[in-house]
Amino acid sequence: MSQTMPRTRIDETFTRLRQQGRKALVAFITAGDPDLETSQAILDGLPAAGADIIELGMPFTDPMADGPAIQLASQRALAAGQTMEKTLAMVRRFRERDSDTPIVLMGYYNPVFVYGNERFLHDAKAAGVDGLIVVDLPPEEDDELCIPALNTGLNFIRLATPTSDDARLPKVLNNASGFLYYVSITGVTGTRAPDAGAVADSVARIRQHTDLPICIGFGVKTPEQAATLGALGDGVVVGSALVTTIAEARGKGGDAVAAVHELARALAEGLRGAAQET
Amino acid sequence: MNDQKPNTFTAQPDERGRFGDYGGRFVAETLMPLILELEQAWREARADASFQAELDDFLKHYVGRPSPLYFAERLTEHLGGAKIYFKRDELNHTGAHKINNVLGQILLARRMGKTRIIAETGAGQHGVATATACARFGLECIVYMGEVDVERQQPNVFRMKLLGAEVVPVSSGSRTLKDALNEALRDWVANVENTFYCIGTVAGPHPYPEMVREFQAIIGREAKEQILQAEGRLPDALVAAIGGGSNAMGLFHPFLDDEEVEMFGVEAAGRGLNTGEHAASILGGRPGVLHGNRTYLLMDEEGQITEAHSISAGLDYPGIGPEHAWLNDIGRVNYVAATDEEALEAFQLCSKLEGIIPALEPSHALAHVMKMAPRMDKDRIIVMNMCGRGDKDIFTVAKHLGVEL
Repeated sequence: MSQTMPRTRIDETFTRLRQQGRKALVAFITAGDPDLETSQAILDGLPAAGADIIELGMPFTDPMADGPAIQLASQRALAAGQTMEKTLAMVRRFRERDSDTPIVLMGYYNPVFVYGNERFLHDAKAAGVDGLIVVDLPPEEDDELCIPALNTGLNFIRLATPTSDDARLPKVLNNASGFLYYVSITGVTGTRAPDAGAVADSVARIRQHTDLPICIGFGVKTPEQAATLGALGDGVVVGSALVTTIAEARGKGGDAVAAVHELARALAEGLRGAAQET
Repeated sequence: MNDQKPNTFTAQPDERGRFGDYGGRFVAETLMPLILELEQAWREARADASFQAELDDFLKHYVGRPSPLYFAERLTEHLGGAKIYFKRDELNHTGAHKINNVLGQILLARRMGKTRIIAETGAGQHGVATATACARFGLECIVYMGEVDVERQQPNVFRMKLLGAEVVPVSSGSRTLKDALNEALRDWVANVENTFYCIGTVAGPHPYPEMVREFQAIIGREAKEQILQAEGRLPDALVAAIGGGSNAMGLFHPFLDDEEVEMFGVEAAGRGLNTGEHAASILGGRPGVLHGNRTYLLMDEEGQITEAHSISAGLDYPGIGPEHAWLNDIGRVNYVAATDEEALEAFQLCSKLEGIIPALEPSHALAHVMKMAPRMDKDRIIVMNMCGRGDKDIFTVAKHLGVEL
């Protein structure tokens, strides 16, 4: 599928990183957390802090696949009045100064469906979004948003999990593009640490089915973990640790923007170490 | 009428789990293989006569089925119109229709070799039924229940604990039934190997809406046979309360192709449909996607799920089974609503006239019967699903009547 659609910023990024022998730091934050202005400042500074790809969470009241950290991030954003239009406006503002760093919108289907699928895809593309991750749209529901997204020129990022066995993987990889998000644990985001040995086996198995870059996420918190897991794939996704930093900095009356960027910098450093080891 | 029925209402869902445009499988990838495995196991069990025989045996000797169809003579006289029959599923073991579905799912879980059962509960009736069946079969049982519901349904919390279940209070989101469902789904994602998720209503990802309906359809099959025996003909109307909609789906489904039978699903209007404080997903909501299926939901203009309100914790859910959404859109079933006040009035009237204390859930159905029966001729027949008994609700009702217990 990726051959039939125009190359996106995501494709360009992985090509460049491979040339540089680097792994991608995929940084997740929830749009509007803890408020619109702070969230915009965090977003705008993430590339300079070392993020290669940004996942921007579309907040939802009922995030079934997320652990407490991202649930709370959603609640903070919604309490501060975040809407889909504001989330798309954040991407437009970001694009005024950064035309290279890919942005992937991540979330659940209902807010998209209610906004209107066609309108959403059009507005997201126009704002400068590169890809989508919609957690509750498995391949069985590709007609809903995945196919229309590909036709709009947006990558629809697939999640593979420890339950994606060899029988299931072809279904998951059909229509996959951009990169493959490997969910390193059976569980919700940010709850338990992945076992590097098991992840290595799974990634090796998935490599036999696809040439897509593989990013590993769902339990990566520290620069050391980023280094270990980064070495196994093409990048790591960090989310819960970043949004927890927002909550903690705010709780202490500290600077959430600086705290998040500092953690991103440390994670990027960790990943650079991983690249040198391989 | 032509005997051929090309437009049967009973052939849904399709192989993708769709009832028209509703239903589906909107779940995270981690759960997809489990849902496909469940669907496969359910198809095999359904085709296996020994599975059905085992289920029938438990329904007869453990649950007490068939439940009677009872002519509510004094209520009929009082309302002065149509003849009113109650399908008495409140007489089931554990006091509600929930056990019909739970037994089916637990037997299926055993067949699949699953050892750990999880469930969500609102009022606690589904939790009690699940804890009961797990006790009977020696299975580990974890019930997720919103903190708010834990507080207002203490007797059922204690029942579940007596039955050996672990009750986990859910403090996320609005701390009610929808959040209990979220938390059960999170548990399932984290325990994929040994865990079976026993959903309590005709909602969730395919195959749950179909499977739960099939386990509850015994209500309608029995009622059909019983009314034919009592009256020699089919009823003019069926009436049932709707939260997620499993008791209604169970009663309605075997009658869907009987054109002469009108059907009424009664949603909870809470403090009134125009107050915003209600649980009427069809009358006060619109289509969206939550908990694995597309259906009518209560939500704001951004697609954020809003809180449901009802005096009855069992109806307090911001969604409804996808088959109801479809039956509404095609006009086969009429969806109406009753307020907290109307349900309380019906609760008291039924207790005094029939010596039956109904649960607050079927009290909503009864409130609608009270509106429609007087306008119908005396030779007309209504069958209402008395889907639960009211023992669990006496504290709530006493509080609303200003009585201190």
